Amino acid sequence: MTVGSPPYRPDGRAWLSAARKVGTSLSVVAITLFGLLVITFVVGRMVPADPVIAIIGDQADQAAYDRVYQELGLDRPLVVQFGTYVRDIATLDFGRSHLSRNEVATDLARVFPATVELATAALLIGTLLGVPLGVVAAVRRGTWIDQVARVVGLVGYSTPIFWLGMIVILIFYAGLGWIPAGNRVGLYYEGLVEGPTGFLVLDAVLAAEWDVAKSALGHLVAPALVLGWANTAYISRMSRSFMLEQLNQEYILTARAKGATNNSVIWRHAFANMRVQLLTVIALAYCGLLDGTVLIETVFGWPGLGQYLTTALFFADMNAVLGAVLLIGLISVGINLLCDVAYRLLDPRTK
Amino acid sequence: MTDASQNPGRRGLRAWLVEEDVTSHRQAVAQGAYRGLVGLTSSPIAVIGLVIVILLVLAAAFAPWIATHDPYRQDLSRTLLPPSAANWMGTDDLGRDVWSRLVYGSRTTLYITMLVTVIVAPIGFLIGAVSGYVGGWLDTVLMRLTDIFLAFPSLVLALAFSAALGPGIGNAVLAIALTIWPPVARLARAETLTVRGSDYLASARLQGAGLGRVLWWHLVPICLPSIIVRLTLNMASVILTAAGLGFLGLGAQPPIAEWGAMAAAGRQYLIDAWWLTTFPGLAILLVSLAFNLLGDGLRDVLDPRSG
Repeated sequence: MTVGSPPYRPDGRAWLSAARKVGTSLSVVAITLFGLLVITFVVGRMVPADPVIAIIGDQADQAAYDRVYQELGLDRPLVVQFGTYVRDIATLDFGRSHLSRNEVATDLARVFPATVELATAALLIGTLLGVPLGVVAAVRRGTWIDQVARVVGLVGYSTPIFWLGMIVILIFYAGLGWIPAGNRVGLYYEGLVEGPTGFLVLDAVLAAEWDVAKSALGHLVAPALVLGWANTAYISRMSRSFMLEQLNQEYILTARAKGATNNSVIWRHAFANMRVQLLTVIALAYCGLLDGTVLIETVFGWPGLGQYLTTALFFADMNAVLGAVLLIGLISVGINLLCDVAYRLLDPRTK
Repeated sequence: MTDASQNPGRRGLRAWLVEEDVTSHRQAVAQGAYRGLVGLTSSPIAVIGLVIVILLVLAAAFAPWIATHDPYRQDLSRTLLPPSAANWMGTDDLGRDVWSRLVYGSRTTLYITMLVTVIVAPIGFLIGAVSGYVGGWLDTVLMRLTDIFLAFPSLVLALAFSAALGPGIGNAVLAIALTIWPPVARLARAETLTVRGSDYLASARLQGAGLGRVLWWHLVPICLPSIIVRLTLNMASVILTAAGLGFLGLGAQPPIAEWGAMAAAGRQYLIDAWWLTTFPGLAILLVSLAFNLLGDGLRDVLDPRSG
């Protein structure tokens, strides 16, 4: 792309070509989804805990055992069992959690918004801190800012996030009393605001319940900052290397030769050209956040998908575990697909 | 390294390592390693990483001499004591010495990372190199398989496998290995593709080299540097994932000293006994940082292309 050329806009042919490629990626996604199902199915079958005993307890007699064994379809061939499994998943039937006694799908729908709220807040923090840090580090390559960015990146990559969470609780809850303990909102405010988005802070603001919003925000800040820390590291590192790559291109030299100011070169030219890559990285960071939420929700008592997963794990509630794992896998695949599509549409070089 | 026919002793080892007229394969290999070492030590960051990793290995090897107490010995009359001259990092809820358990914990950490690496390196290389070299439908199948494993966030996948296999150190290693191999395979494939059409591979084939020979003699040397860098950087994430599994109770089982599990055990005494959580976590941070620093430095030395 040369300086002064009009910004790229996808035309009809680009859409067609993109659509064809999306078709290909969709078939890839279908295969990947199938693979996900195979993995969760196999994991479910490998479990040492007997699913029948998990349901009826170890005091039941042989007849009851056999009956449940057949009800679960465990006497049928594995292939048939897998077929049943796929059919159940396709109709959003993840089975019943024997811990909560609910349908796993219902449970997942209940806990999921909390995780999305937390992960989104963390992503915002990571992006708002990481992108400028990375860009500045690239522009001032070799200076102290670059060194700071490098150290932040490496330490951020190396921090055990569950430990950082505990240290934050130790200092800011126990020591300073700045942050509240556990859950999404103070005890008094619980259940005051319901829906429509499931993001408590947003819902409370929409309902003009300012006290609830304040309390919810207070609960959100600490876990989001801890999660955002690791994220900042990743995003700033990637931003730095994208920016460096752009700054080494000849068009930058041309722009400078034409007398463009430093700011204009960095933001209007170089940054404009790394936006697509950056978008991909941020989307992938979101997938990585799902990993982090499992640990952080457990540490902070945040009632989301991660805590649901670890609690289910603790009580060997396999339907719930597999449902949660599958959901996380599906989200990752979905995000990857969206990235792919966005990349194809926004980057003219992939035409 | 001394070779009678080369007789490096007479001219000095260093001269032998830097001279331009290389006369043997052995000398060429030695020179390559020497240049790498010089390059690595010229980066202060990598040296810090290397020193910490060496300290970790030493701590693991000489744990009985470095630890001040028996890491498993309980003393219920001395529980939850703060750091002091007798117990440098305090005692835990069973009266065990935290410093000693931390020292022994280095063995667990090293054991897990080494084992994962030993499992993952050959498998990842084999899948990636075969995929790239053979191509065709095999490539498609293997790469789809890789994508499927990549689709899961790694901790969640490791968690699912650990849950299925049951808690324990061996199963944690397997679970982590299952999540770590895909990037290695991707890398080996990419490296293989760069040389796939090259003349020297064609000439090897014409001389009758089979798949095994090509893989071992021609593709291993091509892929090795970037795989080493990748694996070193991976060790940091292996340590973090292992600690995360330990934290969730899926890794090493008590009474084995494992840093993640130690930090987790301190959680219920977090406010009264800060040392229980703080020190194991710092150890994890330090070691994982060391591997990241070392990997960063190694990349500059071994893999200049990816700058």
